[in-house]
Amino acid sequence: MAVQALKRFETGDGQSATLSNVVIRLVLLLAIDAFAIWFAVRAFGEGYLPLGIAIALIAAGVNYVILVKEMYPIRWMLLGLILMAMFSIYPILLTVFVAFTNYGDGHLLTKPQSIEQITKARFVPEGGSAYTWTGYSNEAGDYALWLQSENGDSFLAFPGQTLIPAAEATGLGELDSEGIPESVGDYERLNAFQVASDQNISTIQFGSELDGVQIRSPQEAAQLQPKFAYDEANDIINDLETGVSYTPVEGRWTAANGDELTAGFRANVGLDNFTRFFQSPAFRGPLVRIIIWNFAFAFFSVFATFALGLAIAYVFNDPEFPGRKIIQSFLLIPYTIPSLITILIWRGMFNPQVGVINRTLSDLIGIAPAWTVDPWLAKIAILIVNLWLGYPYFMLICSGALQAIPGDLYEAASIDGANAWQQFYKITLPLLLVAVGPLLVASFTFNFNNFNIIFLFIEGGPPIAGSPTRAGHTDILISYVYNLAFAAGRGKEYGLGAAITIVIFVVVAVITLFQFRYTKMWEEVGEGV
Amino acid sequence: MFNLTFRQRRYFSYGIRWVVALILIFFAIFPVLWILSASFNPTNTLATAKLIPDNIGLDNYYSLFNNPNTPFGIWIWNSIKISSITTVLSVSVTTLAAYAFSRFRFSGRENMLKAILLIQVFPALLAMIAVFTLITQFDSIIPAIGLNTHAGLILVYLGGAMGVNIWLMKGFFDTIPRAIDESAMVDGATHWQTFSQLLLPLMRPILIVIAILTFIGTYGDFVLARVLLKSTDQYPLMVGLFIFTSGQFSQQWGPFAAGALLGALPIMIIYLVLQDQIVGGLTQGAVKG
Repeated sequence: MAVQALKRFETGDGQSATLSNVVIRLVLLLAIDAFAIWFAVRAFGEGYLPLGIAIALIAAGVNYVILVKEMYPIRWMLLGLILMAMFSIYPILLTVFVAFTNYGDGHLLTKPQSIEQITKARFVPEGGSAYTWTGYSNEAGDYALWLQSENGDSFLAFPGQTLIPAAEATGLGELDSEGIPESVGDYERLNAFQVASDQNISTIQFGSELDGVQIRSPQEAAQLQPKFAYDEANDIINDLETGVSYTPVEGRWTAANGDELTAGFRANVGLDNFTRFFQSPAFRGPLVRIIIWNFAFAFFSVFATFALGLAIAYVFNDPEFPGRKIIQSFLLIPYTIPSLITILIWRGMFNPQVGVINRTLSDLIGIAPAWTVDPWLAKIAILIVNLWLGYPYFMLICSGALQAIPGDLYEAASIDGANAWQQFYKITLPLLLVAVGPLLVASFTFNFNNFNIIFLFIEGGPPIAGSPTRAGHTDILISYVYNLAFAAGRGKEYGLGAAITIVIFVVVAVITLFQFRYTKMWEEVGEGV
Repeated sequence: MFNLTFRQRRYFSYGIRWVVALILIFFAIFPVLWILSASFNPTNTLATAKLIPDNIGLDNYYSLFNNPNTPFGIWIWNSIKISSITTVLSVSVTTLAAYAFSRFRFSGRENMLKAILLIQVFPALLAMIAVFTLITQFDSIIPAIGLNTHAGLILVYLGGAMGVNIWLMKGFFDTIPRAIDESAMVDGATHWQTFSQLLLPLMRPILIVIAILTFIGTYGDFVLARVLLKSTDQYPLMVGLFIFTSGQFSQQWGPFAAGALLGALPIMIIYLVLQDQIVGGLTQGAVKG
């Protein structure tokens, strides 16, 4: 048995494992498993069903890889695979999951969390165990109660603390004929008049969550009872005070007459997030604009950066041109500064009031365009900034590709009488596009989701009037998703945001499949392997 | 038409190209000049159209480091810390995996490589709601890797570590002849010894390039940090700089200019010093990816 176990642990490359090696691996595996089990149990306990399942699956995979001899090569990449599974693959799947839920404001809790929160509520019952009470207060405005139950036991009660039996209470002043202290520490006993005129004392919940006590009448204080009870068998919450039953309807505990409890939970709502697009014109209008601008922005960005990059590469392709290297170094500068910083710099320069661009324009020709207010100007400004950011990349790529085009092609063309434009159009461009085509597609995908420039430059503004959610004229889908989920001062719409993310996924997937087909990437993979 | 000799026509063409070049260079470096000028302009307005401000001063740099609302020193430190840890871990994980893909033959290898490439198409940025949800849930189980922690953010970055870099690195491993490994193995070396003592030193140039690109990429991230980090003293530089411009403290362009310059400096130095290696690695990576 032991020999067999040892054999199983032999490493895949035929080098037999030493005993200490095996022990170390076993201990490590046990530690990982213990952690994973603890983690998954906690996740299930909080109601994070997908997270719990993900952890369990990943842990199972880890065990398989570590225990099975044939998996030796996978052990080398195990850590990377775990990280990829947890932080790349799982979020993609979770996005799909969330897209079919109403996760968002009013539905932020999981179902167990919402039950827990609801069943915390207490009420003062009409009957039940009761005390006669005496009130105290101190100068700070805090209150205390002296309670006497029907069978003669006495307790001292402070808000938020467990009841203290009379025998254990400290700081009691002189007792009167009924055994009630005149004072408790710095708390002074309240007389009947003070009690009758006090607004606060009857609203305070004394004692802890478990043995809470509240004043019911001038003489009586009653033990508080839970207002709601969760009936697991029928999946309903019963109101113990009124007898009403609440059933879960799309993440809301709802009574037969339509009343709802405040703490909702996230629940499956089917295709609701998607059908909103077709059912609500107020919502559809901005979204259609955003989609159109998203494609236009990506297309024009790629077109402009490629055109300028290619033009520069073409004009300065001549190796004898003096100063070529210096010019290239200068033109490369936009590429060397983190783009976030330069986007913010451009934001300052385009500022309509204090920006250098408008000051120069108004000094020279007396105009000051409202770059951040006018939707069209904002779009133009974004494209200018993106051109500045993006052309050096294509300049580099194109100058490399141009040098790879054999010179005798041009010689042959000029012998046949082709002019410079024809040479460019018939030889350079087609050959270049073959080499650069995949990069153009990749650049399109990048710009399609270029959150940084949209958000940092103008935060999607100017706003689209009348949109039910925050949306701007320069918002693209991904920045719109950000607004739905994270914009300050607005409702959180995680479910809807995830649904729109799926639209982005589909667009990206289609473009990528096209790119792979176009570049025969798979065949290249096959060759490389 | 002018009667120009070949030589004259050539100089004429050079001249025009130089004019074009100067216009382009102006376009390229104008923001840099402007931010340089604004950072030394103590008036904290952008209103000056002069490139060289009237009274040059270091006031902006001083207020940058002495305003408790905008702890610039902490931001820079956070950025360097997060980027360095991410880079080291990411490169380690990727190198190990790339070694396995290059040197072992196992079933599903080809499909795994393709799958890694496919998953890379959907970066964590796109799934930001799910990533935020995930880290929020971590928060209630293990707060140390939850919201507003650098550890949580780094983990999310590492989720994207195995991507194009695997392809790039596997390609370089493939260029090292297997005969080298085999001779070492014949002498009794284990896989680990071959990998760590023989191949890693040979891989050093490409490791450095990938490390630099990873560092720059992490240093320049904005969205994930913005979504996952909540308190000002946890921010990395990029999120911090955004605060200057977004009007949260009423736009402070002067200190922003100083901060932008200091923040860009490390990356610009890296680029200028290692220009050739980076461009080489980049184009190779781009063509492969």
